[in-house]
Amino acid sequence: MSKRKLKVSAIKEGTVIDHIPANQLFKVISILGLDKVSNQITFGTNLESSKLNHKAIIKVSGKYFEDDEINKIALIAPAAKLNIIKDYEVIEKKVVDVPDEIVGIAKCFNPKCITNNEPVTTRFTVVSKDNIALKCHYCEKITSEEHLKIT
Amino acid sequence: MKGKSLVSISDFSKEEILEIVKLAAEFEENPNQLLLDGKVVASLFFEPSTRTRLSFETAINRLGGNIIGFTDSASSSTTKGETLKDTIKMVSNYSDLIVMRHPLEGSARYAAEQSDVPVINAGDGANQHPTQTLLDLYSIYKTQGTLENLNIFLVGDLKYGRTVHSLLMAMSLFNPIFNFIAPDELRIPDEYKLFLDSKSIRYFEHSEFTDIISKADILYMTRVQRERFSDPIEYEKVKNVYVLRNSMLDNTKDNLRILHPLPRVNEIHTDVDDNPKAYYFQQAENGVYTRMAIMASILGLK
Repeated sequence: MSKRKLKVSAIKEGTVIDHIPANQLFKVISILGLDKVSNQITFGTNLESSKLNHKAIIKVSGKYFEDDEINKIALIAPAAKLNIIKDYEVIEKKVVDVPDEIVGIAKCFNPKCITNNEPVTTRFTVVSKDNIALKCHYCEKITSEEHLKIT
Repeated sequence: MKGKSLVSISDFSKEEILEIVKLAAEFEENPNQLLLDGKVVASLFFEPSTRTRLSFETAINRLGGNIIGFTDSASSSTTKGETLKDTIKMVSNYSDLIVMRHPLEGSARYAAEQSDVPVINAGDGANQHPTQTLLDLYSIYKTQGTLENLNIFLVGDLKYGRTVHSLLMAMSLFNPIFNFIAPDELRIPDEYKLFLDSKSIRYFEHSEFTDIISKADILYMTRVQRERFSDPIEYEKVKNVYVLRNSMLDNTKDNLRILHPLPRVNEIHTDVDDNPKAYYFQQAENGVYTRMAIMASILGLK
């Protein structure tokens, strides 16, 4: 790897989350709770990418994510790729997968839904994964990708 | 069904629906059974709905139960800013069962999750009103002797009418044929057609309200509301098209019955009222027996 490419320093053990849309970086950090852990974390944003206009990358030292945990970011970073690092080597690559149920994170588009009027944690069943469509557990209305907002 | 909340009609299986329908018939035959003696039922109406509330309160009274609650949110602590969760937590300490009407969609599901006692949804905004659906089913069962293989005509506002959508979902358990009659602006939404396709249930769409009703076993009329139209001219064009008149019933089947969730405006002409096929007032009465059946069943008293 040439020095020019290495904009964020390498880690010995841990996870690199790559191909995050640059404008979603801080949401990804928040959804994964990385703002509340003691692990060493480095991140870079507004990096050039062939797949995304501007991408962000997060390197979390000493942490490996469970699938359930990492899949939470699928709604906002569907192209994200994980590199699992051991002793500076990539030992596994993973993609994220939209889960069947989403708790919190997304907002119901229906202004008359209880979740938009009282402090209720949202819950959705994913009824379509290609063009994201989420059915609200409460008001039963479907929020499509174009109306999707992340809390 | 004991201890189970009733939030959405899809919470009940076919067997459970039939159990309620048969129990409603039993209560109709013998309405004064003091099964709720010593029980307290909370009747929480966060928005007024006189028809539904009186029907529930009649059912509770006939069962010998006691009622606590309020009839609109102005007389509840909601006006002081109390959350729904807090109201439900408090009331579920006092009562054996909660009947709730609320303007927000999904409020009933949330209340059922927060409550220690079962919650019956008496309407949550435009979302669900399952006791209406069950009384519709009882009315169909009572007049046709069965729920199976019926030809159901739904007329009027099929886009926004929640009673229509819930009835469609519930009747789909009983192999019906559906005929939808609605103006273009108020056609049945695609999601329901996809649902029917997935269950291989036959349906036909019409925009003209004509003698096709001669095949109907059930004619379910709904109100076409002015506020549903973006273009007032469209409303003026259709408002008198989807009106049922007595003369239209001449060539219909003997077993045909006309249902309407009420209140009606002009979509059923008053000259239909005396026709023996008109059933909407008995339908409302059936609501009391159906609600008795639902409450007795949920409290495990039957």
